[in-house]
Amino acid sequence: MVQVNMQSNILGANELLARKNRSLFGGNKVLALNLMSSPGSGKTTILERTIETLGDKLKIGVIEGDLYTDQDAQRIEKKGVRVVQINTEGTCHLDAGMVGKAYDTLADAELDLVFIENVGNLVCPAEFDLGEDFRVVVISITEGNDKVLKYPLIFREAKVVLVNKIDLIDYTDFSMDRFMHDLKQVNPSAQVFKVSGRTGEGINNWSEFLLREVRDKQSN
Amino acid sequence: MHELSIIQSVVDTVRDSALQNGIMRVNKVKLVIGKLTMALPDSLQFAFEAVIIDEMFKNAVLEIEERDITCECSNCRHRFQVDDSYRFICPNCGHDRVDIVGGRELYIDYFEGDEDIDGTS
Repeated sequence: MVQVNMQSNILGANELLARKNRSLFGGNKVLALNLMSSPGSGKTTILERTIETLGDKLKIGVIEGDLYTDQDAQRIEKKGVRVVQINTEGTCHLDAGMVGKAYDTLADAELDLVFIENVGNLVCPAEFDLGEDFRVVVISITEGNDKVLKYPLIFREAKVVLVNKIDLIDYTDFSMDRFMHDLKQVNPSAQVFKVSGRTGEGINNWSEFLLREVRDKQSN
Repeated sequence: MHELSIIQSVVDTVRDSALQNGIMRVNKVKLVIGKLTMALPDSLQFAFEAVIIDEMFKNAVLEIEERDITCECSNCRHRFQVDDSYRFICPNCGHDRVDIVGGRELYIDYFEGDEDIDGTS
């Protein structure tokens, strides 16, 4: 019997590629955001509203992760920005290799801001560094206020939490106090924006924040 | 279900290392998994059985050591464990800047095997 010590990081290959992406994003001075949520929380609608608000101020690109379809990419393309579709063919998350390849096709566009829309899932994407500057988690009112403690890793790792469908709060039992209490204990420094992709509420605040983040990165 | 891609990567890594070390049959693979990772031990076990199709891993067992979530306060340096309430706030001084020092492990610790297929080595 032979024992071979490995001490080998299982996601080591991904982390290597993520570092490569991060240095590319850094070299090109493009702010890269990893947008994560459960299916149906409104990521794509928020992107549409954000592009409408910032489209004349920033050059925006979108990397769209989806299991099989390009429906979201088509919606984004109508907003007049560059889009690359990644179909993961059943894989439940994007990885750094997929994002690196997709970004290659955008590298000539001299972007200020690139959104990476992850596959709708609060579990697996949390584990995979894509080389992004920071992570944004979207949670919608209709999902309930209990998600933070059910999926702590994704909320712990987020710099920004967008609470979407805020226009529906009076029609649900969603407790904002409970949600903020849980988030405060899992991730006290998370910045929260309450938004509605449908009515546009809160999109200006979120967009202004993004604009500052892009300018910060460009001036460094 | 990213457990399947995790296990696929584990099996590929161990197979490469076994071949390099002249090991023909793997008996045990030991993983260390932190409780803050979203990898579930039961799903990893299931995936391990599902992906094994070759002779090398035919009798292999998967052992998983789970590690608790441990944080260190950046203010008072107190070390503490985080339970299922996921309270990332220092119980000693109440500071909310804490570093996670354990619980995100996701690595292959070691594997064991035999150098010939009969296991007589």
